[in-house]
Amino acid sequence: MHELSIAQSLVELAIEAAADAGIKPVKAVHLKLGTLSGVVKESLEFSFDIVTEGTPLEGARLVIEEVPVKVFCPDCREAHVLPEPFPMRCPVCGVKTGQVLEGREIELYALEGGEGDAGDDVESTDR
Amino acid sequence: MQETTSNPRIVEIRQNVLKKNDLLARGLRKRFLDAGVYVTNLVSSPGAGKTTLLTEVLTRLGQRYRVAALVGDLATENDAERLRKSGAQVRQITTGTVCHLEAEMVERNLEGWDMRDIDFLFIENVGNLVCPASYDLGENERVVLFSVTEGEDKPVKYPTIVNSADLAVITKVDLAEAVGFQRERFYEALSEVRPGIPVLEVSARSGEGIDEWVSHLETAKRSCKEMVSTS
Repeated sequence: MHELSIAQSLVELAIEAAADAGIKPVKAVHLKLGTLSGVVKESLEFSFDIVTEGTPLEGARLVIEEVPVKVFCPDCREAHVLPEPFPMRCPVCGVKTGQVLEGREIELYALEGGEGDAGDDVESTDR
Repeated sequence: MQETTSNPRIVEIRQNVLKKNDLLARGLRKRFLDAGVYVTNLVSSPGAGKTTLLTEVLTRLGQRYRVAALVGDLATENDAERLRKSGAQVRQITTGTVCHLEAEMVERNLEGWDMRDIDFLFIENVGNLVCPASYDLGENERVVLFSVTEGEDKPVKYPTIVNSADLAVITKVDLAEAVGFQRERFYEALSEVRPGIPVLEVSARSGEGIDEWVSHLETAKRSCKEMVSTS
């Protein structure tokens, strides 16, 4: 279970990015998670709530977009998204390929600010 | 004058969550390359035979090269003590509750070692087939080990780590017959998740395959050096 330390990194990164972008409060954290990332979505969601406690991100939602595996097929000479991460075969011609183009990412994709987010001192009344 | 909007504002960030680890790993990789150290990251489940095999490899390589190892466990110095019998310089990394090694742990534990005094560095990761997959340690090569006693379908059960590996090593092959290990099924499982991955079969007890692995390491180190000198 390394999701707790990944959640920790995510929250640190998000707090930094929110400060840079002047987003206050943060309503949601959008994450792209590849199916080959080795991260369990549910564990990460669980860890996120724990890690955000007492931080500027407390109460923010974690929105995870799962990214399927995209491989390059040496035979078709094209990129294809796999319906399932395994087996690693081109879904069109069936040739085995290990050339992964997408599906490994753990990426903080976007931050969502809410009402009162205009860089002023208005306190959020939400929640 | 600023206008307050009630619409949510979405700002694109697009940053790798493991950025810190990956930046550290990149720094380590450069440091290893500059000093001419070839680095292997060994991953497997607990009990696959990493330490026994590594002791063997360190002993053989140690006759001609300067070898070192970092070994990760949650607790105890036991594995470091076992590895030291090979004559290599060894440091134990105890992670406490952390189930994998991170680049920062590697960097911290190299302190005081002169990289120019090392030809081969082995990093024995914490026994775990899940979490180590996510962390780049700046290695040249990631090796995943499976023992014949673990069953033929282990690669498809833990596909992520296999997919991130450069070489697969089957250990304890002297027991293959005794446990009814079905080679073909294993190779098929492996190629489902990491087509084209090279495989070595070894036994620390009988010595089978150890020479092949040692020469693989020597070749890899040489081509790594050539890459540097031509770049």
